Amino acid sequence: MKILVCISHVPDTTSKINFTENDTKFDTNGVQFVINPYDEFSLTRAMWFKEKQGATVTVVNVGSSATEPTLRKALAIGADDAIRVNMEPTDGFLVAKQLAEVVKNGGYDLVLAGRESIDYNGGMVPGMLATLTDFNFVNGCVGMEVDGTNVSATREIDGGNEVLSTSLPLVVAGQKGIVEEKDLRIPNMRGIMMARKKPLQVIEATDANATTTIQSFEKPAPKGAVKLVAADNVDELINLLHNEAKVI
Amino acid sequence: MSVLVFADSSEGKFKKTALEVVSYGKKIAEQLGSSVVALTINAGDVSELYKYGAEKVVTVSNDSLNTFNAKAYASVIKQVAIAQNATVLIIDSSINGLYLAPIVAVGLEAGYASNVVALPGNTSPFTVKRKAFSSKAFSNTVITSDKKIIGLAKNSYGVYENSVAGTTESFEATVSDADFGVKSEKVERVTGKVTIADADIVVSAGRGLKGPENWGMIEELAGVLGAATACSKPVSDLGWRPHGEHVGQTGKPVASNLYIAIGISGAIQHLAGINASKVKVVINTDPEAPFFKAADYGIVGDAFEVVPQLIEKLKAFKAS
Repeated sequence: MKILVCISHVPDTTSKINFTENDTKFDTNGVQFVINPYDEFSLTRAMWFKEKQGATVTVVNVGSSATEPTLRKALAIGADDAIRVNMEPTDGFLVAKQLAEVVKNGGYDLVLAGRESIDYNGGMVPGMLATLTDFNFVNGCVGMEVDGTNVSATREIDGGNEVLSTSLPLVVAGQKGIVEEKDLRIPNMRGIMMARKKPLQVIEATDANATTTIQSFEKPAPKGAVKLVAADNVDELINLLHNEAKVI
Repeated sequence: MSVLVFADSSEGKFKKTALEVVSYGKKIAEQLGSSVVALTINAGDVSELYKYGAEKVVTVSNDSLNTFNAKAYASVIKQVAIAQNATVLIIDSSINGLYLAPIVAVGLEAGYASNVVALPGNTSPFTVKRKAFSSKAFSNTVITSDKKIIGLAKNSYGVYENSVAGTTESFEATVSDADFGVKSEKVERVTGKVTIADADIVVSAGRGLKGPENWGMIEELAGVLGAATACSKPVSDLGWRPHGEHVGQTGKPVASNLYIAIGISGAIQHLAGINASKVKVVINTDPEAPFFKAADYGIVGDAFEVVPQLIEKLKAFKAS
């Protein structure tokens, strides 16, 4: 089985979010970038398939050279090789178009990605990629097994789960549950040394038109200080929630 | 030219998000000097949608669509969007909405903005405000394509009555075997409980509860408020509560009107999951807990003393 794992290069969850150039660009100053957490779950599942069922795992990112340390980290976790599509990922559709080219040219059976990236939160790339490649698609996947070309997958729904049956070729957008957080892997020294020698291919972007552009960013209005209520005066809390906040 | 809204339903009943997208679609149609058409799939009585401004309701009835299927639903939406000459399509940003909207977007060659939180600030260029950086910021996004899809975030606009004398039109949609490459085998739902996605109020608890045996009072409080229960990541990791209740960066996002956090310190990953909630209440023994900085109302106190009082007082309040 040939597996492709899509990797987003995102600010660490604890990053301070600021903008520059008149609030049109994300301020990367002092920000540590990591593998998108949802992608990390999917990458770990891909490693499981590689080790238990036999598979090759390629990781791919659409981004500038600044994303290569993130791809190297994925290689250190155990992916066999990496591809970087040399393009600023300004729009979800553009990213999906680039990934679709990689998928079509690479003959992959299974494409794993995260449910969404934690920076732009679009949640659209896996579904668009599946449609562009005419692969089956499971979103919000919290469990999957592959038997030959048959796939059993579980996705999260409101108030529960849904078990789905499908077949390869397939795009899966994973989240916590596709593997557990305790099973996520931290690269060891051997993996880091090996990753330096693994192939990282840079390819140029294919022509495509963006369907959206970001005009500007803004931060939520500053929040007022918390109103503290004495622990023995819950009547006051109820009063505030009813009369002031109007939520009960 | 029309604004098409997908009004999702479950077992014949419209979800609250359906009424919200119709309310929102009506307003956009006014902005554009257009009309709003709602699409329903296997819904029962559609007249409720007229109350929220749907001037026309297109009904699709097809037994093969009784269970949600993203590709098949996307195919139906595309066919109706073309038939209705829709230039703007509105879909909620629920789990199902986020599943099918990207498929529709490619099918219609439409630009798509998910998790939109307000009416377009401008319709030329068509600019929408959407959540970014896990609700720590917003991006003002211009949809540049001719056809546009807006994924409306839950509880971001509200539900507004705006009665019109609407009409209904049935539509014969074509679905093929190719649309069912992914088949639903089994749905496992926790029944009898308010789900986090549907809830206007969420009562959530963390390690401060000391053990799973103490969740009875959290469930009782949720019961009094008609709320869903949730928990922090350590609690689900410890197995005290099911993973489906984990709220946070890698768990479920919450966009409720009221979020009550009990015994949760407020790690940044947890806050990322609840930022979109409107009013936040924190009950914690530690006055230095970071959650107090994010909260609107707070009580510094022991949950085991405060929560039982709150339950009793709320029961009296509800009865009055």
